[in-house]
Amino acid sequence: MKNKVMKQLLPDKNGYYGSFGGRFAPETLMAVLAQLEKQYQAIKKDKTFKKEFESYLKEYAGRPTNLYFARRLSAHLKTLKVYLKREDLLHTGAHKINNTLGQILVARRMGKTRIIAETGAGQHGVATATAAALFGLKCIVYMGAEDVKRQSLNVYRMKLMGAQVIPVESGSKTLKDAMNEAVRDWVTNVADTFYIIGSVAGFHPYPAMVRDFQSVIGREARQQFLAKENKLPNYLLACVGGGSNAMGLFHAFYNDKTVKMIGVEAAGHGVDTHEHSATLNKGAVGVLHGSKSMLLQDNDGQIQIAHSIAAGLDYPGVGPEHAFYHDSKRAEYVTITDKEAIEGLKLLARLEGIIPALETSHAIAYLQKLASRAKKNSTVIVCLSGRGDKDMNQISQFI
Amino acid sequence: MNRIDQKFKELKTKKRKAFIAFITAGDPDLKTTEDLVVSLEGVGVDIIEIGIPFSDPLADGPTIQASFFRALSKGTTVKKILETVKRIRLKSSIPIAFMTSYNPILRFGEEKFLKACVDVGIDGLIVPDLPPEEAKNLCSLAEGYDLSTIFFVAPTSTDERIKSNTKASSGFVYYVSLTGITGTQKAVAQTVVKKINHIKRFTDKPVCVGFGISTPEQVKVIGRAADGVIVGSAIVRVIEQNKGNKNLVPAVSHYVSSLVKALR
Repeated sequence: MKNKVMKQLLPDKNGYYGSFGGRFAPETLMAVLAQLEKQYQAIKKDKTFKKEFESYLKEYAGRPTNLYFARRLSAHLKTLKVYLKREDLLHTGAHKINNTLGQILVARRMGKTRIIAETGAGQHGVATATAAALFGLKCIVYMGAEDVKRQSLNVYRMKLMGAQVIPVESGSKTLKDAMNEAVRDWVTNVADTFYIIGSVAGFHPYPAMVRDFQSVIGREARQQFLAKENKLPNYLLACVGGGSNAMGLFHAFYNDKTVKMIGVEAAGHGVDTHEHSATLNKGAVGVLHGSKSMLLQDNDGQIQIAHSIAAGLDYPGVGPEHAFYHDSKRAEYVTITDKEAIEGLKLLARLEGIIPALETSHAIAYLQKLASRAKKNSTVIVCLSGRGDKDMNQISQFI
Repeated sequence: MNRIDQKFKELKTKKRKAFIAFITAGDPDLKTTEDLVVSLEGVGVDIIEIGIPFSDPLADGPTIQASFFRALSKGTTVKKILETVKRIRLKSSIPIAFMTSYNPILRFGEEKFLKACVDVGIDGLIVPDLPPEEAKNLCSLAEGYDLSTIFFVAPTSTDERIKSNTKASSGFVYYVSLTGITGTQKAVAQTVVKKINHIKRFTDKPVCVGFGISTPEQVKVIGRAADGVIVGSAIVRVIEQNKGNKNLVPAVSHYVSSLVKALR
């Protein structure tokens, strides 16, 4: 089965995926975003860039990652054959490194010497600090004060690699506030600074650029699955906060209409409470951090505080391309609560000897629900987006 | 011709420059906002920018963000702000523009919001995270309601952008004097004056300068080249310092008066 050459129709020239996306930026950033878009388009076609990027992914990050058949988990679920795309085995322990290596190479080509990033769980911050250390660039990471507390291990990692971690005390003190501060920094220091956004969110061209750098996940998984099973999977499953690992897995399968895509949002304490991060399920159209997408907001357009046990999913927005997949029904978006996610984590740990990140555990937890509705012998690829080492402090109380 | 256009026409004949003051609606409360507008008109402010608070402003500095937070924690809503403007209009005919992030407008409904603005007597809109490229619908609606849509030019704007943004603007053009977010910064470089002259090669519309202006000296220097001077964070800081003081309105007006005098 050959992959049809996929025409890169989306986003359109204005950065839209259907009615979502765009570039809602302060004027100070507009010219630099246009310049970034232009340079990125050129770099994308540049064979030496592609070679350089692929070489770092292979030699430094550890690609390709395995597509592992989870035998005991599959037996437990009965109806499902589960394959795990092992992004957790990458250097730094999550898929985030794919994107930061790509963007830092773009930054170098643009002659920028100062790198800034926002981070929630700290995985993107660590991946950015890593890439900055690798190329000897100055690195500043904005992180919500709340996240600094619950992800202290990642804070130490970033500091060890020479990054400066700035705790953000405003708003909910989580990812959205870190992103606000990072944008403010960029507006002020736009001349020498490159902003590495960690998810498929933000101003055009970021959602497309991050997707392109992460789409290696799905390209590899598709090939690997075809080699093992000689067919395409029935399901793709991934957790969605901003949505970079999910988009990374989904994108290469977009034209494979028989493949059902499922994104798992964080239901926190429950989607009927005010404490969740189920943006696509419970949100409304809005503009935050540079693009039009779905948002958790009140009737006055004020952004609501999201909640999830997983810091990386604790975000009131979602990437515009996911809003488009949701709107056009190309993908289905379901929810998993904090409690269910912890059970998912335990399940994978006990049956496969793999401890997933709390974010990833949401996707694992949904397998049980999927198993009850799937036909016998259905196949599923789960993006095992990160490992759980960073969460040990937080989950010790549940063991 | 709305109140903003009339004001600039009037100032032009008098060979004067506009002093534009920004305050956040509901900081510290909406009654004070109402009193402040009337009092600021009294000390010679030409145009008022009223900020509609937003939980996650990207283009504003910590001072204004904190004022938004104070206003929101007091339960300030778009509807209550509109009612406040309606009350202000019983006492004052000063030109008023709303400044806000795009999301509160989008959530309210673009057309519904513009209609509500006109109904209560708002004259213009400033939406820092809405560049002209994304504002086509809003602009065409606003034109029908005779509401000014004020767009930005920044030090980083290319000539191409200066051209298109000044073209899209009505009322006046907002030049962001510092590359960066709002906040009081001491250095207001002579380069700003050069930049204003450069922008004026592309447009006949009034060019007003904001961001980072806090002293009479700065107002004087900028006022020589620009058609208007906008002061925001510095005023909001005086409001913050006088929180709980029953003489807040006179204290703020006294400070603003010292800035206005520098333009005359």
